[in-house]
Amino acid sequence: MSRIHVTTTVNGDTVEFLADPRETLLDCLRDHVGLTGSKEGCGTGDCGACSVRLDGTLVCSCLVLGVEAQGRTVETIEGMATGGELHPLQRKFIEHAALQCGFCTPGILVAAKALLEKNANPTDTEIRYWLAGNLCRCTGYDKIIRAVQDAAAEMRGAA
Amino acid sequence: MVAVNLWSSLARFTDGARVVEVQAATIAEALQALVALHPGLEPILKGGVSVVVNGEVMPNRHATIAPDAEIFLLQALKGG
Amino acid sequence: MPKDELKAEFRLVGTRPNRPDGLDKVTGRARYGADATLPGMLWGAVVRSPHAHAKIVKIDASKALALDGVKAVVTRADLPTGLTGEDWNLQENTLAGEKALYDGHAVAAVAATSRLLAEEAARLVEVTYEVLPHVIDVDDAIRPDAPVIREGAADASVPPGMPPNVVRYLDFGRGDIDAGFAAADLVREQTYKTEATHQGYIEPHACVGQLGADGKGEMWVCTQGQWYIRKMCSAVLGLEAAQLRVTPSEIGGGFGGKTTIFMEPLSLALSRKAGGRPVKIVMSRSEVLRATGPTASASMDVKIGMKKDGTITAGRAEFRMQGGAFPGSPVAEGLYCAFAPYAIPALQHIGYDVLANRPKCAAYRAPGSPMGAFAVESLIDEMCRELGLDPMAVRLKNAVREGDTASYGATFGSIGLIETLEATAAHPNLAVPLGPNQGRGIASGFWFNHAGETSVTLAIGEDGTATVSVGTPDIGGSRASIALMTAETLGIRYEDVRVNIVETGALGVNEPTHGSRATFASGKAAVIAAEAAIREMCNRAAAEWGIEPEAVEWVQGAAQPAGPNAGKFPPMSIAEIASKMGGTGGPISGHHESVPDGFGASFGAHVVDVEVDPETGRTTVLRYLVVQDAGRAIHPAYVEGQYQGGAAQGIGWALNEEYIYGKDGRLQNTVFLDYRIPVASDLPPIDTVIVEVPNPGHPYGVRGVGETGITPPLPAIANAIHAATGVRLRHLPMTPPKILAAMKTKG
Repeated sequence: MSRIHVTTTVNGDTVEFLADPRETLLDCLRDHVGLTGSKEGCGTGDCGACSVRLDGTLVCSCLVLGVEAQGRTVETIEGMATGGELHPLQRKFIEHAALQCGFCTPGILVAAKALLEKNANPTDTEIRYWLAGNLCRCTGYDKIIRAVQDAAAEMRGAA
Repeated sequence: MVAVNLWSSLARFTDGARVVEVQAATIAEALQALVALHPGLEPILKGGVSVVVNGEVMPNRHATIAPDAEIFLLQALKGG
Repeated sequence: MPKDELKAEFRLVGTRPNRPDGLDKVTGRARYGADATLPGMLWGAVVRSPHAHAKIVKIDASKALALDGVKAVVTRADLPTGLTGEDWNLQENTLAGEKALYDGHAVAAVAATSRLLAEEAARLVEVTYEVLPHVIDVDDAIRPDAPVIREGAADASVPPGMPPNVVRYLDFGRGDIDAGFAAADLVREQTYKTEATHQGYIEPHACVGQLGADGKGEMWVCTQGQWYIRKMCSAVLGLEAAQLRVTPSEIGGGFGGKTTIFMEPLSLALSRKAGGRPVKIVMSRSEVLRATGPTASASMDVKIGMKKDGTITAGRAEFRMQGGAFPGSPVAEGLYCAFAPYAIPALQHIGYDVLANRPKCAAYRAPGSPMGAFAVESLIDEMCRELGLDPMAVRLKNAVREGDTASYGATFGSIGLIETLEATAAHPNLAVPLGPNQGRGIASGFWFNHAGETSVTLAIGEDGTATVSVGTPDIGGSRASIALMTAETLGIRYEDVRVNIVETGALGVNEPTHGSRATFASGKAAVIAAEAAIREMCNRAAAEWGIEPEAVEWVQGAAQPAGPNAGKFPPMSIAEIASKMGGTGGPISGHHESVPDGFGASFGAHVVDVEVDPETGRTTVLRYLVVQDAGRAIHPAYVEGQYQGGAAQGIGWALNEEYIYGKDGRLQNTVFLDYRIPVASDLPPIDTVIVEVPNPGHPYGVRGVGETGITPPLPAIANAIHAATGVRLRHLPMTPPKILAAMKTKG
């Protein structure tokens, strides 16, 4: 199948790649752009390990075709820290031991950041429902919820 | 002599004995002596057993065993 | 070492520093199985049987090979013959031979220049099957007239006359079982069933394998044990172990499921056929669920005798487990664990390992123990209710202590079950009042723990920092705990220790990270290696000072004269000794390899409060408590993480997860939408209490903590649902339809 030229913006950088029209955005990010921080845990939109923002909207990049990224803006885990500075969520995930194997962590961080931009002061229940599409098999979620709450509190304090 | 406690279905190979006394200074010798006395045990012991000496799983077949040691054989254990 | 010699005050042990791999993991930099790309790399895809049981009549790959860009096809004919025992089992599971034995069984594999092309080529491989009768359920598989999965698979343990799919048998016990039951005031017997579940690690299996015509190969793979990958791939492909170099990636969860091989030999076999080009294979989620190693399903009869005061007089357990189309269900482990928390004078255990047309089971966190606990802990709860006894008091009354003979025959050393139960009883969660349709359940759990082959090297850097090379992949934070223990021992900062998980060429053979062993065994070896390095650094200082090495001691990261008679010299720091080591005898390192002894057994107790919706039968977990003996928590946050993660998996197993097969023997729930593991909104906070009864077999008192936590949730939730509804579910999972039906029957 002939490939399609795609120009898109990933984490602020203009990126070009040739995509097979059957390839997902996740495939393109990982195999053509070289950003392997987004993970494939299921390929069916159930696990959230591939969560990215597409024009600001939280999506499972395994459910978006690579060619759909043409002319749009993609944010991935690799763009979450600004310069050398970790996002508060990244820092709090380390401090609270909110990750074990770390495979779901990129997707959860991207999703949690989207939540805190919509709702700076979520309840535990709101966090749990927002992250219900991001599976974690190691932690039982307890420390993840605490880390998100602590990051939210810090971000409210800084705002 | 040390007494080796077998799991009960092994009694099929030991003329009904659940405890077999052998002359042995190490675990390896104890297992060899068991097979010498009861050759039917050989495939089971070769297939993998965990040897418990005085409450402790002892993976080292050259570990020495005191004459009054308490020895149990278990089917080999694995973990996740 | 004797208990009273164990230190109790520490500088670093017991603190909660940031994990060394944290930054890589929150920035997306950490490299997992599927994240590697090599020059000239091909992609592999696997052709899988759609049938549960079928003769393979013909495999025609001509259409696939005709595609431009398809470089190799591998079938069983490409693998060596003559393997026996578990090596044969592994090879047969890697690629089916004469028969496909389960839905998803690999039949062929292809390599092509892209992932999409490889998948397309796999679809073009034409396999002609002759479908055979199949059997899925363990109670069906053990029937004498069940379809025979493999003639001659039974080992010597199986007495003559057993049904054809029984491949292993055991029975063991002690005391006079009839007298034990006769001495009881109440004797009850029930049958319990658990369904197969999957470890559910979020990272699918992935590897890049490369193998040349010279028999030299390399592999990058997500695994719990790089040496197991090496050993098993070598056996399946007929390679020399030393020629295969296996490098473990970061691992996205394993829980026992990544202690064996699946598609790894295929990538090597494809590579060899494709002229040595590396071949990457990444499983889909459906492949993971259909064709990796879920746990066994179990059917269990349990009989218990109890006196009116709660004393348990006798116990009998007969377990039937299917672990797929190969021997190896954890029926022995399940039986050993079932009554382990109790001191019972008369016991009988009988176990059958049964073949069924399902994937070859792998280890799953405390293999066998959750099933056994579900049966025994449920029945104890049932009997406590019938006799009007407090289930916590009954557990305490019968609990094993140091010196007791375990149900499986050995004698317990230092264990912490009593302390664990007492801490549980004292927890405020037990005082929370319950509302309508709510119930509280408790249960205990046990796991042996494990040590295993271990080899660790520690090297002192030029600046006095330390690098530790270990062979146990870090699944739950073991790099942090090993760095803490090493830094504590050397007397340096936590940040000055780097722990690397190394490839197979860098150390002696290590068993995988399994059996709750990494922090215990690699940690113990790292401490002993550090002590060796300390001895050498004391030697260097002694030489510098011109005194005897015995007159030098190591205090707070520096050598110093051991007393006033040794001489008067200022302490010589590790950095100073290290900076000069090139001129004082060369590099300083420490090494230790052994199968460490002294791993301590692990007990836990869980308390769960649930609410059951009487309209829908849906169970909501309101609050959850895990109490478990850690011996000593090196990094308490990651100990808590193990407790919470184990509980979450157990909750999924209890309430929702199961392998569902159609009448055609095909797995019906092959994606996470249908094989639904607990999501964040399903679970409450999971409270933890770390009990510390130090293990005298470890320099810092560690006992493994990884596995026990998955065991109590199954019965604890069943007991809580009974308390909430009055109905007793004896067949997992306890889904809303099952609970609703039971409540309707009860009326």
